[in-house]
Amino acid sequence: MKGKPEIDHSFRRPVGAAEMPLGPCADAGILVEGNAGWRTMRPVVDREKCVKCMICWTLCPDGVIDREVNIDMDFCKGCGLCAHECPRKAITMVKEGEEA
Amino acid sequence: MSEQVKMFLNGDEAVAWAVRLCRPDVVSAYPITPQTIVVEKISEFVADGLMKCQYMHVESEHSAMASAMGASLAGARTFTATSSQGLAYMCEMLHYVSGSRFPIVMMNANRTLAAPWNIFGDQRDSISQRDSGWIQVYVENGQEALDMIIQAYRIAEHEKVYLPVMVNLDGFVNTHTYEMVEVPAQEDVDAFLPPFKSLNAVDFEHPKSYCISAGTDWNMEFRQQQQQATLDAEAVIQAVDKEYGAAFGRSYGGMLEEYRMEDAEVCLVALGSVNGTIKEVVDSLRGEGKKVGLVKLRFIRPFPRDYFKALAGRVKAVGIVSRDLSFGYEGAIGSEVKAAMQGAGTAVPAVNFVAGLAGRDIPRGTIAEMYQKLERAADGGAYQDMEMVDMRW
Repeated sequence: MKGKPEIDHSFRRPVGAAEMPLGPCADAGILVEGNAGWRTMRPVVDREKCVKCMICWTLCPDGVIDREVNIDMDFCKGCGLCAHECPRKAITMVKEGEEA
Repeated sequence: MSEQVKMFLNGDEAVAWAVRLCRPDVVSAYPITPQTIVVEKISEFVADGLMKCQYMHVESEHSAMASAMGASLAGARTFTATSSQGLAYMCEMLHYVSGSRFPIVMMNANRTLAAPWNIFGDQRDSISQRDSGWIQVYVENGQEALDMIIQAYRIAEHEKVYLPVMVNLDGFVNTHTYEMVEVPAQEDVDAFLPPFKSLNAVDFEHPKSYCISAGTDWNMEFRQQQQQATLDAEAVIQAVDKEYGAAFGRSYGGMLEEYRMEDAEVCLVALGSVNGTIKEVVDSLRGEGKKVGLVKLRFIRPFPRDYFKALAGRVKAVGIVSRDLSFGYEGAIGSEVKAAMQGAGTAVPAVNFVAGLAGRDIPRGTIAEMYQKLERAADGGAYQDMEMVDMRW
């Protein structure tokens, strides 16, 4: 998957008062954890129905769908926006732990 | 130092002149009596091309502080002003600004809070916000108001502090009273207060997330940092006051000013303009041979705990004049002074005089009576923990 978000495994939280930022701010662009654990439903794409209209790619709030409509499952939080908006009903939300 | 120009200004105008000299990049403005002259005067300066700043006329005080915060986040030296209901309206934003560590300076015209509604002066507004994380100073007159706005930016923008500062003037008594004020030259203020270089503004080269959430596991460490910065401000306040004295010929003692305290047996503690009257009464009583003194408390946050702890060993009775009242208890600063004195372990009679609410005058006779009561308490006589002064009944 192109442009997949990278987790910065070298990121370290402050050790000691001197390492605290000035007030509650933090360097942007650092991902320290995947958020797949939030998910209770996962999106499943039916390739027969998908016409690559790119509506799901546009709307995904976390930007985890790529231009090939591959979904990055390390970062998909299962909000279901893609399934809700797909004009071809090509995406179904399936409960985690169950078969599609 | 270039010559300072003597001008006949009211307290609000003195603040406006000081703000002009500090060259803010952004002023966010919403009017409320008795602060209106501050923002009106600044708007005149801007309209006449005498101040180069973005003047934002916002729709409410909440917006005034929110936009000031946004401006500071963009790297601007920022100013705003309010009073009473307006301070209450921006209450949540006060906490946002201090917690986020933006060095905003705000003038507050001390005016009572409704209900009952009243435009006149007491300190219930700012004292009720003493937990907001803002550094707070209370001035005695127009000259001190002008000087403290300039000092406030130096204190706020000091790298060990980086906290917002509230400069309080008593409503009408300070804000609308005309006095001769010495106004420093622009080049001298520029030398004292260099251009603002923010330590935490947005930077395209180093993007950050700002004013982030901090969970249960990290929040207290941010509060510890904020507490340390507020405590560290005390030394900065003293140093800036001294430096200001050297640069402009006026200094005020920093956290507080002692007036005839060397051998005082009893003393009053007070905030703001009433100190002027108390000084006159002290002089008069001293003329009669009475050993009385005054502690003009200037900064309530940070709070000079150690000073009051030591005071307990120096005098036989203390009276705290409170222009505020925390219903169900007493004047809040009265409580704080008493608690600090208690830390010394000696039991010194302390009386909280609640006076001057909603603009009621505190005349010399009343102050003289306060000293009489303290002398009786010092001699072992009965005294009240708190009394409301000059009441109809």
